[in-house]
Amino acid sequence: MKNLATGVAEPSRRGFLAGATGLIVAGLLPARRAFGRPSEFVQGVLSDVENAPFAPGAYIRIAPTQVPGDSGVTFILPNVEMGQGIYTGSVVLIAEELGIDPERVNLEAAPPDAAYILPELGTQATGGSTSTIFEWTTLREAGAAARVMLIQAAATRWNCPVTECEARQGQVVHTPSNRSFAFADLAEDAAKVPPPKDVPLKPARDWTLIGRPRHRLDSRAKIEGRPLFGIDIRVPDMKHATVAACPVLGGKVGEIDRDAALRVPGVKEVLTIDDAVCVVADHYWAAKKGLEALAVVWREGANASVDTAQIYRELHDGLSEPHPIVAHSQGDAAAVFDRAVSRFEAIYQQPLLAHSPMEPINCTIHVRPDGADVWVGTQVPLRARDSVANITGLPKENVHLHSQYIGGGFGRRLEHEYVTQAARFARQVPYPLQIVWSREEDLMRDRFRPAYVDHVRAGLDRQGGIQSMEFRIVGPAVVARWAPAGLSPNGFDNDLAGGILETPYTYPASRLDFVRREAPGVVTAWWRGVGGTRGLFVVESFIDELAQRANADPVAYRRALIHDHPRAREVLDLAAEKSGWGTPLPKGHGRGVSVQFLFKSYLATVVEVDMSAPGQIRIVRVTVAADCGQPVNPDQIRAQIEGGVIFGLGTALFNEITLKNGRVQENNFNLWRILRMNEAPRIDTHLVNSTEAPGGVGETGTAAAAPALANAIAAASGRRLRTLPLMPGVEAA
Amino acid sequence: MATVRINNNEYQADVAADTPLLWVLRDVLGLTGTKFGCGIAECGACTVHVDGQAVRACSLPVGNLGTKSVTTIEGLAGDPLARVVQDAWADIDVVQCGYCQPGQIMSAIALLKTTPHPTDAQIDAAMSGNICRCGTYPRIRQAIRNAAGDIA
Amino acid sequence: MRRSSLIFGIVGLMLTAIPAARAETPGQSDLVARGQYLARLADCEACHTAPGGVPFAGGRAFAVPPMGTIYSSNITPDTKYGIGQWTDAQFARSVRRGISPHWKHLFPAMPYQDYARMSPEDVRAIRAYLATVRPVARKIPANTGIFQFSIVRPGMFGWDLFNGPASSYPDDPKRSAAWNRGRWLVEGPGHCAECHSPRTLTMGVSHRHAYAGAVAAGWLAYNITSDPQAGIGSWTDEALASYLTTGHADGHGTAAGPMAEAVSYSLRFMTKEDTAAMVTYLRTLPAQPAKPPKKASDAFSPAALKHGGALFAGACAGCHLENGAGRQVEAASIAGGHTLRDPDGVNLLQVLIEGSRLTTATGNADMPRFGDGYSDRDLADIAAYTMTTLGGTQPAFNTDAVKAARKTE
Repeated sequence: MKNLATGVAEPSRRGFLAGATGLIVAGLLPARRAFGRPSEFVQGVLSDVENAPFAPGAYIRIAPTQVPGDSGVTFILPNVEMGQGIYTGSVVLIAEELGIDPERVNLEAAPPDAAYILPELGTQATGGSTSTIFEWTTLREAGAAARVMLIQAAATRWNCPVTECEARQGQVVHTPSNRSFAFADLAEDAAKVPPPKDVPLKPARDWTLIGRPRHRLDSRAKIEGRPLFGIDIRVPDMKHATVAACPVLGGKVGEIDRDAALRVPGVKEVLTIDDAVCVVADHYWAAKKGLEALAVVWREGANASVDTAQIYRELHDGLSEPHPIVAHSQGDAAAVFDRAVSRFEAIYQQPLLAHSPMEPINCTIHVRPDGADVWVGTQVPLRARDSVANITGLPKENVHLHSQYIGGGFGRRLEHEYVTQAARFARQVPYPLQIVWSREEDLMRDRFRPAYVDHVRAGLDRQGGIQSMEFRIVGPAVVARWAPAGLSPNGFDNDLAGGILETPYTYPASRLDFVRREAPGVVTAWWRGVGGTRGLFVVESFIDELAQRANADPVAYRRALIHDHPRAREVLDLAAEKSGWGTPLPKGHGRGVSVQFLFKSYLATVVEVDMSAPGQIRIVRVTVAADCGQPVNPDQIRAQIEGGVIFGLGTALFNEITLKNGRVQENNFNLWRILRMNEAPRIDTHLVNSTEAPGGVGETGTAAAAPALANAIAAASGRRLRTLPLMPGVEAA
Repeated sequence: MATVRINNNEYQADVAADTPLLWVLRDVLGLTGTKFGCGIAECGACTVHVDGQAVRACSLPVGNLGTKSVTTIEGLAGDPLARVVQDAWADIDVVQCGYCQPGQIMSAIALLKTTPHPTDAQIDAAMSGNICRCGTYPRIRQAIRNAAGDIA
Repeated sequence: MRRSSLIFGIVGLMLTAIPAARAETPGQSDLVARGQYLARLADCEACHTAPGGVPFAGGRAFAVPPMGTIYSSNITPDTKYGIGQWTDAQFARSVRRGISPHWKHLFPAMPYQDYARMSPEDVRAIRAYLATVRPVARKIPANTGIFQFSIVRPGMFGWDLFNGPASSYPDDPKRSAAWNRGRWLVEGPGHCAECHSPRTLTMGVSHRHAYAGAVAAGWLAYNITSDPQAGIGSWTDEALASYLTTGHADGHGTAAGPMAEAVSYSLRFMTKEDTAAMVTYLRTLPAQPAKPPKKASDAFSPAALKHGGALFAGACAGCHLENGAGRQVEAASIAGGHTLRDPDGVNLLQVLIEGSRLTTATGNADMPRFGDGYSDRDLADIAAYTMTTLGGTQPAFNTDAVKAARKTE
């Protein structure tokens, strides 16, 4: 059956993905109308691929082409590009097997479609550092299967054995005669070839693309400022709008001065829904002025009394909750603790955090009686599409969602409530509507990384070695809202195991308790490495404190705790060596280390700080050693780690979302401070050669930053900071 | 009605004099390479050149522009220095999400125009008004150093 | 404009008196236009509008620590919560003598003693204008602290004995018409002395130290006498006129805080002639000398100044440029400004903490507030760096001054 939304026969793609070995169910699929590369769309150059006879599965479409220089080969990329370089990585994986220069491939973002559901996340989603892990086998098999079918088609034409044919540079070449057919010219025949039962993947020694540094395919377009992002979409008759939702969550629109807004030149219309207003105008500025003129009086509701102190108080109260959820128990840790020669415990506190991607939240949407188009940067296209269908009452297949490049995700765009909101406004008007949130709206109505309070205690032997480790996490379970099915039967959010149960360390006895406390007045959500990022700060800070108490070297102390993860030991040694661990430092300097096993990757990180000036901190240098398995594009792994570290450092130093009278106080970059270039350290990233299956990297650096930094501060100043952000503690040092 | 000179073309824009240049570029003229990031000149995503100087378009009322000439990221073709800078960016793959990069590049070009061989301190001083949430700062710094090396 | 350390508030008690006639009669629109001009000269809107609220609907809070908070009244023509029921005579008595209907005495945060220099006809014109604004049926919050007790109000009659209402005085025939007009503007509707003159023991405006400068609500209203160093004696007429109409004069800086409000809501609407008249009068204010120079603070090491410079490059140079010349708008040109030459950094710290909005003919020039985003040390270091490099002045404050300045928020 043809899916009208994608124009692709859905069952066959499902069949493709459902196959345990990932075999392609191919065949002559109905022609589909491509929406083209986003950049082409907005330039009005809709690439028209009416004749796409060969579309083996969900990721590849090959069609004859008359366009000079066009290969006729299009890859449909399952994960969305938000800076992590996945559009380059995905193309490399398919192209490696298919035999084509990645530069010659046309790219498309996957439409919302069940075919692209990521099993780990339960929906079509880009997040959790899962992209490369998921794509590693899937996309190579897709490329390989297509290659086998193209070769078969060529061999049939030449009436030669397939062994005489080779796929390379977008062609199938008959090696003895050096004759060739372009893939595009074989498309129709290839579509008639039965899909292969076994897909032979190239051995690593034959790789020409995987594992080599490669320029990003989107580099030039981004450097030239071409229209790629959702906010850049321009469709005919589109109007510009901006919105304000009640600054207190759950509040409603009260009085508005509609006439005052309509008097602003350029303002066309004022739209309202129960909890938000939208001013439509010829351009954003007029809309913004109209919004101010509206002078909305909000009915703030019950959350108007919430402040941050209340949120923290409820978390700290959870520390004494007598009936926690026991997420993990190995040995009788409590008994070991009670008997231990010495004991140590500590409490850590972490704040609510905003995402603040550089591209403010926006959505362009055109609702018509018979269908809708949505142009948006989203990490969850299927959910976004379905929500528009729900709001408008349109059949899902009539809602066309066009995924755009994302100007920063960090988990923000795993939420789609802004698409829902846009649909509620857009269904009131006949024209396409582009809603752009102000930065203030983006920050105040973000969905925040939760605040957490953790209690950790350890029973120790005479040498200060760990006999038992007991963790208690108090905080929300994000998964319970985002994907309720993901909540464990006992009520644990497995994401919170990151850094704590997911660890290179082995303890003789251990236990993890979870006390669920949802925060009032805010919606909590994913963030760059939620569980791992928050968990690692707790564990690696605590381990550092234990090392200090044992008068042990922090690297050596950690090393002794690693039994079953030789790759962790290797990165730890490498980071120590490359950072000059143990070598003398200038007065006021200090080094801190952290080691981690998160997202199936190993990282060890050393941060050096200079605290010689009172109350100030300068991050001098960061050294990272990483083993994230077989690299697809080593340079982009480095880029992700560098960027992730900087993201994490700035957050650890400065960031905390606070509420007063139910209103978020940090509403632009004057109050929500982002690390700037003159505060960013030098970062050296060293990759371990590895042939293990790839791990994720997008969130690893962010997780490493806070603990390594806090440990460096402790080393430099003697001050142990257990509360994030760190800056108030640094000031007091 | 404001007359503005952008990338060597003259445009008429029917907007109030207090409309920031950014929205004239993006929403009236469709030049979307210049980005909206904060609206208060704290992030630099909207950096353009006004008579060669790096300026935040989100905070420049179009009525203040007078006869000054504006260059945006779309108007760099034919500028040899811009070419050097953009090549330096591409050469070491500075971009990640890429949203802030037009602004970063406009700031870098303005710096190198007045200071062809900047010290690291000068690079930091000129570039710290441009926020990158992806954390590409080390590569931006390196790309500027490389570009400076390529300037004869 | 004032963020008065004093007391405030027409309290809109309802009356049974016959409301003023509001029918359009010939000449009415002239009266309304004149009233609007006078209302602007008197800067009614700034105080009688809550932040983000509807103009003239009142509700702006004026904290008078430790005494309490007073809220400005709703002076829209709403008959329940505004002044729709007042007679013109009641309005005039309220504005010129501080006595509202039912002999309810206003707190002198309302500068009736200055407004008394306006003639009853002037005030009636203001009334005519206010009758045309959008009525808002919104009750203002109740005053807090001592200001909630009506028993305090009669005490204001006593206050009036020392500081109380002046009257419209005759022109000085020895002076030019412009000077006399300027005096009326400054001493009357402009109520400049309310901020720019120090207070006496009874919290009245000091005449002995008239216009010598004073701190109100954390902001320093500068010495605006003719003293060339401490005051405005060295400014050119053009610079003064530019400052009054745009809030900015190159080399002198940009109005911020309460003065930015005075420009935004009031001064910039003056006719060219009135601006010139105000300048003429200000020129003749007897010089009040500068205070003895402050001892430079030793709070800022080279490392601290470097830190301040780095923060400036990130958070400030986007508008002000590295050299303080201003990047986008004139208002951001701060090099050499008065604010950067006050060693105490009173307004510098205040504007960093609180931010400021200046509205001009070409829109708003906003200085974002950084107080809650940056620490005391960060802000002190930024201020010290800016003062040193762009103001040529050695700071006399230290980090504790930021803490103290925050308390006045």
